[in-house]
Amino acid sequence: MLLAVLFLTAPLLAQQSQDDSAADSSSYMPPLSPPAEVRAYDTPDDAGGSITVEWEPSADDTGTEGRVTGYEIFRSESRDSGFESLMCVPGGTITCIDNSALSRVQYYYRVRAFSADAASAGALAGPAMASQQWFNRARVNLMVIACILVFAIVYYIVQSARGKDLYIRKISGLEAVDEAVGRATEMGRPVLFVPGIQDMDNVQTVAGITILANIAKRTATYETALDVPVSRSIVMSTGRETVKQAYLESGRPDLYNDDIVHYITDEQFGYVAAVDGIMVRQKPAACFYLGAFFAESLILAETGNSIGAIQVAGTAMPTQLPFFVAACDYTLIGEELFAASAYLSGDRMMLGSLKGQDAGKAIAMLFILVGVGLATLAAISGSEALTTLSEWMRYMFRVN
Amino acid sequence: MEEEKRRVTWYEALGALDRRVIFLLIALAVIIPLIVHYTTTIPPSEIVTDLFDAVENLPPGSKVLMSFDYGPSTAPENQPMATAFTRHCFEKGHRIYMIALWATGPRQSQELIEDVVEGEFEGKVHGEHYIHLGYKAGNQGLINALLSDFKSMYTTDLAGVDIESFPMMEGIDDLRDFDIILAIGSGFPGTKEWVQFAGDPGDIPVGGGTTAVMAPLLYPYYPKQMLGFLGGLQGAAEYEAALMDHYPKYRDMSRAASTSMGPQVTAHLVIVGFILIGNLTYLMEKRKKRKF
Amino acid sequence: MKRSIPLLITFLVGVALILAMFIPHWPFNVLNERFSIFYDIIAVFAFILGGGNLLKVHMRKVQRKGGDWKYSLVTIIGFFLMLGAGLMKIGVPEGLSGDYQATGSLFKYLYDSAFQPLQATMFSLLAFFVASASYRAFRAKTREATILLVAAFIILLRPTPLGYYLTFWLPEPLQFLHIPNLSTWILSVPNMAGQRAIMIGIALGIVSTSLRLILGIERSYLGSEGKG
Repeated sequence: MLLAVLFLTAPLLAQQSQDDSAADSSSYMPPLSPPAEVRAYDTPDDAGGSITVEWEPSADDTGTEGRVTGYEIFRSESRDSGFESLMCVPGGTITCIDNSALSRVQYYYRVRAFSADAASAGALAGPAMASQQWFNRARVNLMVIACILVFAIVYYIVQSARGKDLYIRKISGLEAVDEAVGRATEMGRPVLFVPGIQDMDNVQTVAGITILANIAKRTATYETALDVPVSRSIVMSTGRETVKQAYLESGRPDLYNDDIVHYITDEQFGYVAAVDGIMVRQKPAACFYLGAFFAESLILAETGNSIGAIQVAGTAMPTQLPFFVAACDYTLIGEELFAASAYLSGDRMMLGSLKGQDAGKAIAMLFILVGVGLATLAAISGSEALTTLSEWMRYMFRVN
Repeated sequence: MEEEKRRVTWYEALGALDRRVIFLLIALAVIIPLIVHYTTTIPPSEIVTDLFDAVENLPPGSKVLMSFDYGPSTAPENQPMATAFTRHCFEKGHRIYMIALWATGPRQSQELIEDVVEGEFEGKVHGEHYIHLGYKAGNQGLINALLSDFKSMYTTDLAGVDIESFPMMEGIDDLRDFDIILAIGSGFPGTKEWVQFAGDPGDIPVGGGTTAVMAPLLYPYYPKQMLGFLGGLQGAAEYEAALMDHYPKYRDMSRAASTSMGPQVTAHLVIVGFILIGNLTYLMEKRKKRKF
Repeated sequence: MKRSIPLLITFLVGVALILAMFIPHWPFNVLNERFSIFYDIIAVFAFILGGGNLLKVHMRKVQRKGGDWKYSLVTIIGFFLMLGAGLMKIGVPEGLSGDYQATGSLFKYLYDSAFQPLQATMFSLLAFFVASASYRAFRAKTREATILLVAAFIILLRPTPLGYYLTFWLPEPLQFLHIPNLSTWILSVPNMAGQRAIMIGIALGIVSTSLRLILGIERSYLGSEGKG
């Protein structure tokens, strides 16, 4: 009986065994080839805490048809044990950056290739230690450019200080300052000065306040009322110091009072509403808008136009310049705002810096012409040498 | 002797037109299209299509950082951009991280959550599909800090809940962990600062939108440093048009930018008319002076 | 001495922040961010000065019944109303422990019904002022003004049906003159060139001004002239 059962079930058992081994052999996937030449090193030009891991792709990583779907990176502080998974990157990647490394700690890395059903052995790299660098070599180009510009400016400052006469072209907006203040004096109406809506950490506001010093000297001399509504508290403090000193130097400290420079609000449109109200009620004869402006520029300029004031504007905000040009009598465009304080003061060293600024522009124009010429010639001729030169020049002027 | 009364010619009268007449005509040019619901469909330009395609081609579940760098004053221009971006991101299954460089930004992102996220995408869960992180001071300094360590600046969400408790914050160490940054701005700090302090140094794809006035400032960054951007209401309308092409259901939904383009178009035409009249009167006066 | 110390601080901080651009090592890598935060902290305290000045100026006007004193009264009331609503968290469901902008709070109500519409209104003035400025300023007085005028027309007509229908019929080789295409070209080419040129000039102006400030050549912002 037992033999009969065995005899009858044997073929079934044999079939099952065959099926199992067939299934094993069809589901068996050979392991993937590991990535080659894995190396780990301190990420250069940084503040530490970062290690770069690189490798050559696995032989099974052949793009979309390849078996490798990704690489897994493990990290440990010891060579032989304690490896923990750090990150996974997609197939085709040959580098990753570990930004969680502690500085001055040695790490070992293992990189293995994986797919849905297989993995490679982990290839070891290390030890590597993150550290801080004292110089960011990626910014050498910026340093060179900065040095050239600084040298040009300082050279002309020194030249001017030594007595050399430098030609500075006329800036009509600045020539009109006296005319504007004089007009206000004749009409018995105040002068309004708006130093922009940004704080003292914006260099345009600093430029505006330095021009305020010159205008305040004129209003003190001519005994014209001056009104300086400001949008930032620190600008108020600085403006007061500036105007007070200007009145002192003009010999009219009696005409100064703290309320000449007064705070309105930090809020953009609240500020411009208040300034518009001042304009419409007090009807200043001369309005100066010198600093950083945004959308309120046209509102100020058109309101000033409606009261018949002479308007001088200056800003380094390229989007607001068209509004000022359209609505104001005189506009200082971009760099002319920064030139204004030097221009108005007549100080030799400051005028020298203007010349240096122009030299910087000439250098910029030269590089633009050379770069554009190279790129155009490279595109037309297809020359590899020219293309390489053009790419190198582009690389030299990158920001990173 | 009697003074001869000098007749004012029609072009002199036009040349000296009271500004209030101009204001009235502009007001009518804006109000009438709104009353009659005049809308126009703007075909998307290349600069908008590039950005649309960039968002469309991101794999589902991608991490999108959206920065709300504007306030109520420019909301009519910027809010439709935020709405269009949000709709597109959620259609693709992306996760949205909302922050702001402006103190008025969180109010706008909250409005977006109430109107669009909760109104149109009921299944989306805060902390899982989107997260509202709010405003932090620092302008471009904040962007610098986020580029090094995101969670050191944002330790909680806007409601004060620990950021580590949200599943979608896992794996976010710094700005490089985001797949795209969409910066919607109207001034400083704004889209330009995101390009300068995040996109360029961190090699992170940046797109966004800005008011029409600021748009010319961003053209130099396209296409190398910006994927694309929406310039003003027109840009927002173009993005809505692209969205409608790919997802027809939005044809029947409210489209703020497309609706607002009607008044913009008529206002543009009125201004063109004024400029023509102004030049005509100028030429007539010049001719008259030459005669004498 | 009174001016030497600020000048020295300006010089040292200016040089340190320039070096921080090139030195990733601590503490240079955190200088930029730290100084930005220091500035923000100082600005917050300075706000007390500004707010105090605002109140002082307007209260004096109200007290003396100076010109337009009623506007000053509105300013003072608005100031204290918003300040009180926010600080005291009036109407906030959770009371003082809740968010001052929570739904139902007085601050939120004032923000939504007064502040937001006022902001939007002020910004909307631009639409009217652009029209009046264009009417007054866009005259073909010179060749350059005429070129500007033509470019303005093209950009203005771009989103309009008129702009489309005026030129859509142009044959393929002349499609670049189709107004939407021409408009994009104007913004992407001459406009971009002009913007970049202005930005380069501005950048150089900033370098020059910053150098003058750091070297102490420009001192008027300190509030005194002459050597010291």
